[in-house]
Amino acid sequence: MKSNLNIKQRFFKDRSIFVIVCVFSLLSSIPLIAILGEVFVKGISQFSLSFFTLPTPTAYKVLKAVEQGLPIPGGIANGIIGSMIMLLIASAVAIPLGILCGAYIADNSKQRFAKFVSYLTDLLQGTPSVIIGIITYIWIVIPMKTYSALAGSIALCIMMLPLIIRSTEETLRILPSSLKEAGLALGANKAKLMLKVQLPSAFGGIFTGILLAISRVIGETAPLMFTALGCSFIRLSLDKPISAVPLLIWEFFNDPYQQELIWGASLFLLTFVLTLNLLSKYLTRKWKK
Amino acid sequence: MEKINTILEFNKTCVSYTQQTMAVKYVTAQIEKNSITSIMGPSGCGKSTLLRAVNLMHKLYPNIRVEGEILLNGENILSMNPIEVRRNIGMVFQRPTPFPTMSIKENILSGFTLNSIRLDKYQKEEIVEQTLKSVSLWEEVKDVLNKKGTFLSGGQQQRLCIARALALKPQILLMDEPTSALDPIATKHIEDLLIELQKDVTILIVTHNMGQAKRISKHSMFMYLGEMVEYDLTENMFTNPKDERTKAYLTGQMG
Ligand SMILES: Nc1ncnc2c1ncn2[C@@H]1O[C@H](COP(=O)(O)OP(=O)(O)OP(=O)(O)O)[C@@H](O)[C@H]1O
Ligand SMILES: [Mg+2]
Repeated sequence: MKSNLNIKQRFFKDRSIFVIVCVFSLLSSIPLIAILGEVFVKGISQFSLSFFTLPTPTAYKVLKAVEQGLPIPGGIANGIIGSMIMLLIASAVAIPLGILCGAYIADNSKQRFAKFVSYLTDLLQGTPSVIIGIITYIWIVIPMKTYSALAGSIALCIMMLPLIIRSTEETLRILPSSLKEAGLALGANKAKLMLKVQLPSAFGGIFTGILLAISRVIGETAPLMFTALGCSFIRLSLDKPISAVPLLIWEFFNDPYQQELIWGASLFLLTFVLTLNLLSKYLTRKWKK
Repeated sequence: MEKINTILEFNKTCVSYTQQTMAVKYVTAQIEKNSITSIMGPSGCGKSTLLRAVNLMHKLYPNIRVEGEILLNGENILSMNPIEVRRNIGMVFQRPTPFPTMSIKENILSGFTLNSIRLDKYQKEEIVEQTLKSVSLWEEVKDVLNKKGTFLSGGQQQRLCIARALALKPQILLMDEPTSALDPIATKHIEDLLIELQKDVTILIVTHNMGQAKRISKHSMFMYLGEMVEYDLTENMFTNPKDERTKAYLTGQMG
């Protein structure tokens, strides 16, 4: 019965490896679960209508509330609106430009210039966000003589570009060549083919890339410190400093009385990013079918 | 060979992928208008390569060189604008390739969309109905014209692709093993269709299926290692092949 023993041994080995793998994956997910749990527990108690509709409290109001032992009044509406404005402007430029660039690289992969652009994209993707912030400061903030929503948008736009270019290029590249040939066989020129056949077929992948780019920059603090600066009330103008949710978190951290608000703002950001990520996962799966 | 009404003519056509070797060597042949001509030969003999040169597919790939001439109504297409050539010479591929984001209707009209030809609603409906009828797909899909083309069966998709190519009213239709991914019934459907279509369009078809060549084509070409070994009326070739290699192939002793 040697073979029987062998099977038992193998079974035992199999089980023990399975258990080890489980233990390690559990260990590695503990920090993640701990972070999510802490942010959720501390943040959810702050979620209320006024948290989303009121701007951050002024120092005077904070002091008064502290004196009277009341909870800190106010919310993060200025940050949410600022983040959304900058995200909108950044996307309005980065999405069309990124798709165009990605389409160009995918279509002319042998050309020198396309290779050069592709290389630049890699570099840009690897550039630390704080450097992008400083560059935007030098290019935009100094000439305009003021921090502004526009400068913040430009910094975010620069960060989104390489992500959108790459996802567009990669999705276009994995389309079957038969699709391209079928289009050309009908007499299409390159531009029409791209617009009517290739880009629509790649829509799923490109859209996912856009969602990921947005969720990547929404939490960026460093580039906004040099460009948008922050603002304690709700503002819609593009040529003045503006607030953003990650900037608020940094401000709350620096004010001992407002540290409570960190958690609500963090939970908001986390929820936003998680939703985008889940949405992109869901859409990828749906479009793969 | 007998005198024919030529529409397409190969004149010492050579195609090479690399400097050293030629995939198609000095093919010279005249293709008769409004008939079906099949190209046969063992795998790798250059059938697809020759066919793809006819609608300038090789221009997509800079390493491929085509020499000699390919004449469409006496004019060398190798020096013509690819877009113009392809509008006159349609192509159907081995695997059905409906555009996945387009509905059945949009697929039929895609030739016009891709060439920026504007049509009014009435023209569109007429073209869709006519072309779908010509590939006998109309009855099957007339109620689902707005559904994606990729929902159809393989054979239906292939007929859709034939219809898409025919919508532009090409002079020549190139087909590269159009039925090799289909079952016998769908194949029969398409063969009947091609026999019907030849009164409007000249068909040049690559096939691995000798029975198919025998059933549908008037002329047959046999290629071997890039050379055109024999080109004759299908009847003559099947009953009395002149070359030993053709004979070996037809009797199943080769590839
Ligand atoms: N992209 C390519 N690059 C280099 N050589 C190629 C390429 N495509 C085909 N060839 C070569 O050219 C020759 C002819 O290929 P082709 O595809 O025309 O054959 P075929 O007759 O269509 O074969 P099959 O019946 O298998 O489709 C083959 O020897 C092949 O190796
Ligand atoms: Mg082939």
